[in-house]
Amino acid sequence: MKEVVIKTDKLTKRFGDFIAANEISFEVYAGEIFGFLGANGAGKTTAMKMLCGLSAPSSGAATIAGFDIYKQTEQIKKRIGYMSQKFSLYEDLTVLENINFFGGIYGLSNRQLRLKREELIETLGMQQEAKQLVGSLPLGWKQKLAFSVAVVHEPKIVFLDEPTGGVDPVTRRQFWDLIYDTSDKGITIFVTTHYMDEAEYCNRISMMVDGVIKALDTPARLKEQFSAASMDEVFFELARGAKRKAD
Amino acid sequence: MDDVVLHNLTKTYRKGAAAAVKDVSFSVRKGELFGLIGPDGAGKTSIFRMLTTLLLPDGGSATVNGFDVVSDYKRIRKEVGYMPGKFSLYQDLTVEENLRFFATVFGTTVEANYDLIRDIYVQIEPFKTRRAGKLSGGMKQKLALCCALIHRPTVLFLDEPTTGVDTVSRKEFWDMLKRLKAQGITILVSTPYMDEASLCERIALIQDGRILSIDTPDAIINEYPKPLYAIKASLMSRLLKDLKAMPETESCYSFGEYHHLTFHREEEDSITGLKKHLEEKNYEDIAIKPITPGIEDCFIRLMHAKT
Repeated sequence: MKEVVIKTDKLTKRFGDFIAANEISFEVYAGEIFGFLGANGAGKTTAMKMLCGLSAPSSGAATIAGFDIYKQTEQIKKRIGYMSQKFSLYEDLTVLENINFFGGIYGLSNRQLRLKREELIETLGMQQEAKQLVGSLPLGWKQKLAFSVAVVHEPKIVFLDEPTGGVDPVTRRQFWDLIYDTSDKGITIFVTTHYMDEAEYCNRISMMVDGVIKALDTPARLKEQFSAASMDEVFFELARGAKRKAD
Repeated sequence: MDDVVLHNLTKTYRKGAAAAVKDVSFSVRKGELFGLIGPDGAGKTSIFRMLTTLLLPDGGSATVNGFDVVSDYKRIRKEVGYMPGKFSLYQDLTVEENLRFFATVFGTTVEANYDLIRDIYVQIEPFKTRRAGKLSGGMKQKLALCCALIHRPTVLFLDEPTTGVDTVSRKEFWDMLKRLKAQGITILVSTPYMDEASLCERIALIQDGRILSIDTPDAIINEYPKPLYAIKASLMSRLLKDLKAMPETESCYSFGEYHHLTFHREEEDSITGLKKHLEEKNYEDIAIKPITPGIEDCFIRLMHAKT
């Protein structure tokens, strides 16, 4: 029996008359790489905010790492990591200071912090850069560091919002190597992306269109279902009919 | 005739400590749709800002429509349209007010050039009384393009117009560009998405402030020096490690559903040998096929050739 780490049941978010997320129901399993795809304005960000405990749903139910999305948001926040292309690290702190800061916020002890710091610098090969300001690092390094910091407290789930946007093709692949290693440790990856080749790297994918989950399956089965040669075609087939065009 | 010419253009920041653009030379022909393709931090925006006279070069020179970007900056500003990567219209003016404002600044009217923007503007016209700051991402993008076009520029600079935009909207945007090109406007567009390269007539691949290659997308692909294979089997993540570990492997990268591989030396039995090797390692559903490289394959190869 697979351990369920995210479970939503008819989760809905309304803003006035507008239904940003409309009765979405799905499950994500422990250690899975789950791709959360959709067109701009489909409701991905709204859904993610609810799952992270940052936005209260209008109706429906959900548990994250076993905790209730309405009542136990603080427990949820302790057991998840989050990283986006836009916000990740403090540019005017050094690499080490960022690790200390985020590790501290997630409640790691000094001893744990010291171990994590060493392990992280070692795996990323950033011995030379440890005392440099994050702002001076190339984007690819920043993104890899940001990801490692987002899982520094060994969360159950890490949410990645377009983590590889604008990153060069080699670094983008190194980033996915990090994702694979992390999922091997049993941490669940919940990721959004606009790169359709990355959709192929996910165990399962959901496609959101106009606030609803239109499709959910493995990349291979989705391609079969839509008689498509690539995920790009699947996406196109599903998103083409979208009414909403927003961010 | 060339509309945009760069000659050893160079830009450094932090008093020369950080070189953003290093000796970049290329030219864009009249009426061409030219793509500048590279990741964040490659120097694309610095190049655009120098060509639109918003930033002074530290070395080299550049001309737009025959005018020098430093000494003739006033002429250039009248003749080019620029859509920055970051939304830069007035958020507290309405759609219509923004458009009128930009037309007026350039000494023209919306009516005089309406034919040029009609196809795009009709899509946002239902919202013409809405403030620009309240528009959705896709609509902001369309309004910005209209404002960049309203003075009928001869050269249009578009800095990452499709970044963060989904596949469907990206396709729509490129269709709009094709229609603008048909009107004779020279277009210089930048993008971090390698798959958009094939939509340009010619492209420059750029990384770390240096041009890796300039040509038509087909010519760049034809220059790929080795046979390339796509490989798929059960357990893709283990397969990647195993393929990389083989002594015969020159390069191997994941590419969506497949891994792409080149050999150091191509032998007659390379493929049968590889298949046998993978079977011995108990892989199932093994598929190996020769493929034509894409621009991303070329980019990765050129990135490594440089270092």
